This record gives sequence, structure tokens and C-alpha cells, in this order.
Amino acid sequence: MNGHTTELVIFTLLFLVVSGMGFVAARWRRPKDIESLHEWGLGGRNFGSWITWFLVGGDLYTAYTFVAVPALVFGAGALGFYALPYTVVVYPLVFLVLARMWSVSHVHGFVTPADFVRARFGSPTLALVIALTGLVATMPYIALQLVGIEAVLKAMGITGHLPIIIAFAILAAYTYQSGLRAPALIAFVKDTLIYIVILAAVIYIPAKLGGWGSIFDAAKAKFDASPNPADGITLTAANQLQYITLAFGSALALFLYPHSLTGVLASKNRGVIKRNMAALPAYSFLLGLIALLGFMAIAAGTKPVIGATGKPDTNTIIPRLFDQMFPDWFTGIAYAAVGIGALVPAAIMSIAAANLFTRNIYREYLNKQATDAQEAKVSKLVSLVVKVGAVLCILLLDPQFSIDLQLIGGVIILQTLPAVALGLYTRWFHRGGLIAGWAAGLAAGMWMLYLIPNPANGKAHFGGSAFALKNLGLDTPMTIYAGFLALAVNLVVSVLATLAFRAAKVAEGEDATSRDDYFADEGDPRVKELDLSAAH
Amino acid sequence: MTTREPGQPRSDRSPWNWLLVLPIALPLMTFLFNADEPRLLGFPLFYWLQIAFIAVGVACTTIVYRMTR
Repeated sequence: MNGHTTELVIFTLLFLVVSGMGFVAARWRRPKDIESLHEWGLGGRNFGSWITWFLVGGDLYTAYTFVAVPALVFGAGALGFYALPYTVVVYPLVFLVLARMWSVSHVHGFVTPADFVRARFGSPTLALVIALTGLVATMPYIALQLVGIEAVLKAMGITGHLPIIIAFAILAAYTYQSGLRAPALIAFVKDTLIYIVILAAVIYIPAKLGGWGSIFDAAKAKFDASPNPADGITLTAANQLQYITLAFGSALALFLYPHSLTGVLASKNRGVIKRNMAALPAYSFLLGLIALLGFMAIAAGTKPVIGATGKPDTNTIIPRLFDQMFPDWFTGIAYAAVGIGALVPAAIMSIAAANLFTRNIYREYLNKQATDAQEAKVSKLVSLVVKVGAVLCILLLDPQFSIDLQLIGGVIILQTLPAVALGLYTRWFHRGGLIAGWAAGLAAGMWMLYLIPNPANGKAHFGGSAFALKNLGLDTPMTIYAGFLALAVNLVVSVLATLAFRAAKVAEGEDATSRDDYFADEGDPRVKELDLSAAH
Repeated sequence: MTTREPGQPRSDRSPWNWLLVLPIALPLMTFLFNADEPRLLGFPLFYWLQIAFIAVGVACTTIVYRMTR
């Protein structure tokens, strides 16, 4: 073995404890019968404020975030800090929207965003488009969680894919058995560990490096010396617009991801959601501190692990920093926090993807008379398939491919905004117009991403999300978030196509929801009705 | 549950909701904080002010929640 034995023992121990919890979770807040999507896929739709806070926090702030955001700050400086305004802006932005989504979903028994779109616009086709977009955006995100675990394993000197396969097999088994209850219970451990590790890191490491002032000065010196004009500890004229649109665009996209909505729909009333919108920024504070670990790595002179291809793997920066700074036993805890941090979102994402398949493809096209038990069965099996797919992605493809796909995923999930989010407010759009807008936004987004190179690793295409405005013939060095521009195209086309379809008198779908559905709360007779039907 | 007059349609409209615009707009105005000086506890303005916006976000969402429930 190598010098990482203590770390490895602690990592493995904590991992096993958490796996045990995953299996026991099936009996936690025990339902009469777990064989329905409301139970397996949404944990009984009865989570209170605390569980929701841990679950949604554990879901949104993933292991990949913990590894990639400081790596970006390490490489590019201020631009990487976009993650902070992004997660400050998002909660007030969706405060009212999510409460509406909760109400209409509980009145009608929706499990996925595509369920809502189908009922609102009376269009199975539009629902299929939304479901497929969600699936394509979520899959690479699951694969990326493996990248997070791998970064930690690499830092412990462990190579090869067997540990990842074992970890995901265990994860798949307890998600199959316990459904959403498993990540909800594990999230308590994950978030507690992360809070301990990060708070220790931001007190202990700056003390060893001579204080925050010298950390920022070291970072400034590095960026001043680098030939890249876009890096630095503050923004430049070229990347300010990118910073703003990336933060805002990411905030718009976050709750369009099916897995974010899963945690929201599992809560027991509107008050739980609203209280969480005020409490979740605690994680944003944590994320801001995590981002600054990138600067600490600069000041500490941390070097990334050299990957199999001979290129440095920047995702290993933070694990290496921990290894360099902390005593072995605490490094083991920190690594476990990242590793377990990957399991919670991976479980929720696979459940969300499985629910999309079951509700919007299986029930819509393959078995229209599916019972609750059949739906739960299909979802459980699909959650396994999704995880095997994620592991295969990492084993067979270059991990860079998953990172590219996730980048694309953020841009394409934004294209569901007019139907899902605006749909909660207005029925003005025509279903055909929404499909046209989605297609146009998708095409524009892909075209822009294709044009973006990454000089750092020599890629000519799909090298990032910063689209240079000079591609549009504008004489400026400014860049903008490609997803933001694609959404603008989407909205314009949705409006124009809606007017065109209406002028041509193409049939409108039927709206199965009514105005009052959007404000119903726990205790409302219509909401209760659902609970009775779900419990049979 | 919100208390409401019988017969009055339910709604989530309230003038208090406008308070939510503040924490959405502030963090996106880079000209407010895109500078190194003045530093606070060694943190450049860019970092400490953006971290401080978290508190603005928490305060605004909490007020809106309490005033509209």
C-alpha cells in the first residue's frame, strides 16, 4: 500500500455506514405500501422542513460541484465564483414558482415536470419533448458524480475502475429498495460531514497560509503573471457579461432539472418550500467558501495529480490540497464527505430520470392502464438501468465527454423554461409554438457551443459555455453564456409561432388544470383526495 | 393555511413580492463589487460583498414568507 492507509480506512468505514443507512431507509417513516411512485419516487410526499432542507441541499450541491467549482477558481479566478451569485439569485427567483408547481402537482398527482406540461397544454408530444430533454440533461450529470468520487480515489493513489463499480452497485441496490427515502436519510450524514470539513478548512488552512490577505495576494500574483487576459481575482471587461448571464442562466435552469423538482414535490406543504427558499442559502455560503479553496490551493502551491493521459487532472486539486494540509485522519473524513456527497445526488437523479421514463414514456406509450404497483416496478428497474448507463459512460468514454454533455445539458434544460415555468403563470402559449421554440433554442444552443473552443486543452468545439459575441459580427471582446442567448431565441420563436398557429387556427390542447389548483395547500380537500388515492 | 374571506379567489399576489427583486438584481450588478479594494479581513470587495448578498437574500425571502403566509 502507499501512505494513504489511514485515509482509505476512514473513507471505507464511513462509506459502509452510509450504505447500511441506505438499506435501512426503506423502513424509515414506514409507508403501508411502498409500491407506488408517490412512495418510492417521492418518499410519501410528506417531508417536513428539515428533511427537505437536507434533501434538496444534498441534491443541488453535488460532489462534482465541490470538486469542479474550486478547480475553476484555481484555473480562472473570479469567473469561477459565479457559483455564488447563481445560488443567491435562484431562491428568490423560484420562491413563488415552486409553490405553484407544488400545488398543481399535488392536486393532479403529477410526479414529473412533463406530467404538468401534458395536463396544462393537452399535448403528449410536448410532454415527451420535455421528458426526453430532462433525461438527456440528467444522465451525464449522474456520470459526473462518478468523476467526483474518482477524483478522491485518485488523490488516494487508487486507480482502476473496480472501486467505482462497487460503489455504484451498492448505491443502485439501496436506491432500488428504498427509493427517495435512501438519499433523504443519507443526506443528513453527507451534509453534516461537508459542513464540518469546509468550516474546518476555511479556519485551519488560512491560518497555516498566513491569513486570507496573503491567499488572495498569492492568487493575484499568479494571475498577473499568466498570459491569459481573462483570468484574475476580479472580472475583466471581456467576461463581466459572461459572469452575469452564466449566474442568471444557471439560476433559471436549476429547478428545471427533474431531480431538483423531485425534492420539492416530496415536501408536505407550500410552507415547507417557502421556508426552505429562505434557509437553503446556508449552502450557498458553504459553496462560496468551497470556491475559495481554489485560491488556497494556489497559495499552498498544490499540484494536481497527473492523469493517465499525461495531462494534469485539475479535478484532483481540492483532494490534493486536503491531503497536503490536514492530518491523515481528517483527510479521510474530507474524502468521505466528497464520496458520500456523490451518492445523494446520484440517487435522486436516477430516481427522477426513472420517474420521467415511467410516467411520460412507459405509461403514455407502452402501457396506458399501468397500475401504481406497475409504475413503481418499472421505475425501480429503470433506476438500475440509468446507473449502469452512467458507469458505462465513465468506463467506455473519456470523462471529458461527460463534462461536455453536462455543459450541453445545462443549455438544453433551459429550453424547457417556457413550457414548464412560464406555463405555471400563463396558458397563452400554443403547444405547437412551444415545440417550435424548444427546437429553435436547442439548435441555436448547439450551434453556439459547437463554436466555442478551449485553448487550455486544445479542443476546437464544445470547449465551454462562453460564447464570443464577435461570432455574431459584433466588434467586442465580450462573451455571453450560450444558454442565455439560446433561451432568448427560444422565447422569440415561441411567441411568433404561437401567433402563427393561432392565426392558422390550429387546435389548442385542452387545459386540465384550473386557476385554483395553483394555490391549493395541505388540508385542502382536493389535495387530501390525492393522498387517499396514493395510499391504496 | 392562509385565512381568506369565503368566496374570494385564492392568489399568491402581494406587494411584498416585489422585495424578491432585490436579491435577484443585486448579485447581478457586477459594477457594484468588481474591485479589489476596500478589503475586509483580507477579502477583496468582490468576494466579501457577494458573500454579504447571501444575507440580503435570506432577509428578503424570510420577510416575504412571513408577510404573505
